[in-house]
Amino acid sequence: MDLFEYQGKQYFSRFGIPVSPGGVAETVDEAVAAADAAGYPCVVKAQVKVGGRGKAGGIKLAATSEEAREHAAAILGMDIKGHTVRRVWVEHASEIAKEYYASFTLDRPNKVHLGMLSAEGGVEIEVVAETSPDAIARLSIDPVRGLDLETARRWVAEASLDPAAREQTAEILCDLYRCYVEGDCDLAEVNPLILTTEGKVHALDAKVTLDDNASFRHPEWDEYAATETEDPREKMAKERGLTYIGLDGTVGIIANGAGLAMSTLDVVNQAGGSAANFLDIGGGANADVMAAALEVINADAKVQSIFVNIFGGITKVDEVAQGILDALGRVDIKAPIVLRLDGTNAAAGRALLAPHLSDRLVAETTMLDAAARAVALAGS
Amino acid sequence: MAIFVDEETEVLVQGLTGGQGRFHGVRNRDYGTKVVGGVTPGKGGQDVEGIPIFDTMHEAVQRTGATASFVSVPPKAATAAILEAAAAGISLIVCITEGIPAHDEARCYNRLVEEYPGTRLLGPNCPGVISPGRCNIGITSGDIALPGGPVGIVSRSGTLTYQALHELSAKGVGQTTCVGIGGDPVPGTNFIDCLEAFEADDETLAVMLIGEIGGSEEERAAGFIREHMTKPVVAYVAGVTAPPGRKMGHAGAIISGSKGTAQAKMDALADAGVTVARNPTEAGERMVDIVRAL
Repeated sequence: MDLFEYQGKQYFSRFGIPVSPGGVAETVDEAVAAADAAGYPCVVKAQVKVGGRGKAGGIKLAATSEEAREHAAAILGMDIKGHTVRRVWVEHASEIAKEYYASFTLDRPNKVHLGMLSAEGGVEIEVVAETSPDAIARLSIDPVRGLDLETARRWVAEASLDPAAREQTAEILCDLYRCYVEGDCDLAEVNPLILTTEGKVHALDAKVTLDDNASFRHPEWDEYAATETEDPREKMAKERGLTYIGLDGTVGIIANGAGLAMSTLDVVNQAGGSAANFLDIGGGANADVMAAALEVINADAKVQSIFVNIFGGITKVDEVAQGILDALGRVDIKAPIVLRLDGTNAAAGRALLAPHLSDRLVAETTMLDAAARAVALAGS
Repeated sequence: MAIFVDEETEVLVQGLTGGQGRFHGVRNRDYGTKVVGGVTPGKGGQDVEGIPIFDTMHEAVQRTGATASFVSVPPKAATAAILEAAAAGISLIVCITEGIPAHDEARCYNRLVEEYPGTRLLGPNCPGVISPGRCNIGITSGDIALPGGPVGIVSRSGTLTYQALHELSAKGVGQTTCVGIGGDPVPGTNFIDCLEAFEADDETLAVMLIGEIGGSEEERAAGFIREHMTKPVVAYVAGVTAPPGRKMGHAGAIISGSKGTAQAKMDALADAGVTVARNPTEAGERMVDIVRAL
């Protein structure tokens, strides 16, 4: 789960990482109040989970209350790369002397943590990596041993940070690493981490991705769930505990297992159609899960046909079949359903459904035939 | 021969008294796998359909001599169970648990490497390993696999592994071993470990590799294939149509920026001389052609 900047900064604060004082606002009046509280000059920043806000006009400096009002009115509701701005973050403007970059993420090939630190912050790190790779000091961190202050001190020196910033940054890096590990982040990134003209180092931005698998030990993450997605289909799926991603096509997809679900999207595409969604009902899905999945797909007005692609392993096909029958009994499913069922208890599942097959509930024996059928039904 | 497991492998199931552990542990035993015990703290002395339960892995290994374990416990307890198995001297740990936090996996993996270098972890979040007709550890339905070889399968996805077995078995092409390495960001065993083992295995004459978006394991596998594999490889990579920046079900299946796309992986594999298919069915067909021409 990606956090908005303001959520990331609040998350950083918990681990002692310094950020500018400020407030979040959903209306112009709230934004002006936040600006008055933060003090002028202040910055009004669009809260969207996409890069390039500044260039899109989503970050503005305000010297007065009137300017804060003017900027907040312009930014709230603005569209930035398909994301509508629903909130702004207003904080006291910082006098920037230097901009750095710092982040922690998993180094997947080497199965250790990777810290990246650069004296050239404020631009996208991918750009720095291409134009001046030597400007990034990389640190491999053994997840068992972690990061200590001594190592962080050597690291800030190696990255050639300004001497005035080094000790503060070393301490911030240790706190950021603690945020990354104890806070169960996939990514904890500060860009820019700034040195102010007064000689203070603090985080001017926050990019945090949380590991959804760790939510069981972070009840405080519940507050982020409400703002996680704007897609009503995704909200509905999340409430039902389904792994769902909304797409733009017309063939609704239900599959078990992430790989098979992705592959189902691919074969629908190869058959000339396009998927309306990615939906993995997961391992061990039972009748209730299947029924919930059909309800979510049914709520998508664009869906013209539904392709249920199941290869039972942990998931038992007879339970999936029962779920389909339950859903058909409970909900008026608008689009025709194409079934492809194989694997654990597949014979029992097919037998359960056999008496109910019709032109609204079609069974195919192979994945490719089922994809072709679902695409044909979506087109007619 | 087969890789990792064969008819001699003796297995303990950690979590045999749980719903999933019981279903799959008993099913593995019924397939012919030597399931010699189960471990659930506090339930020692009981049995699950005749399979004895022990309180600890240490005791279970001492009493049975098992060398493999099947971890089927919830995410909160899974890495502790893996480390307990390693400390008890288990050499192959198969963990099917989905939903383990990435930081727990990273700590667990590095502790295994540092403290128990002789232990192989398969997974987490994997379907397990099956050497058809010999041994099945995990959640794969044994009846979709066909004994006799000559194809080895390695896959990041559970259900696509079943699909691959199904495609080959339906056409009468058997498998030596089918390994699911799992879809998490820190897999204990990777593609290269499996390719290396298949290359060294006399019975395996060709290998099917099933990848998906995210990370760079397929690209690394391509490098290994180019340098070290003499046996033909057919590959399929899922997620050509996946949108960037979204985790596609598996914690590890995400296109980050322009990194980890299916197309880049397919290109790398094709450059290494691998036959790259567009879908699982086509991968099965290409493999059948290759096996028939051997």
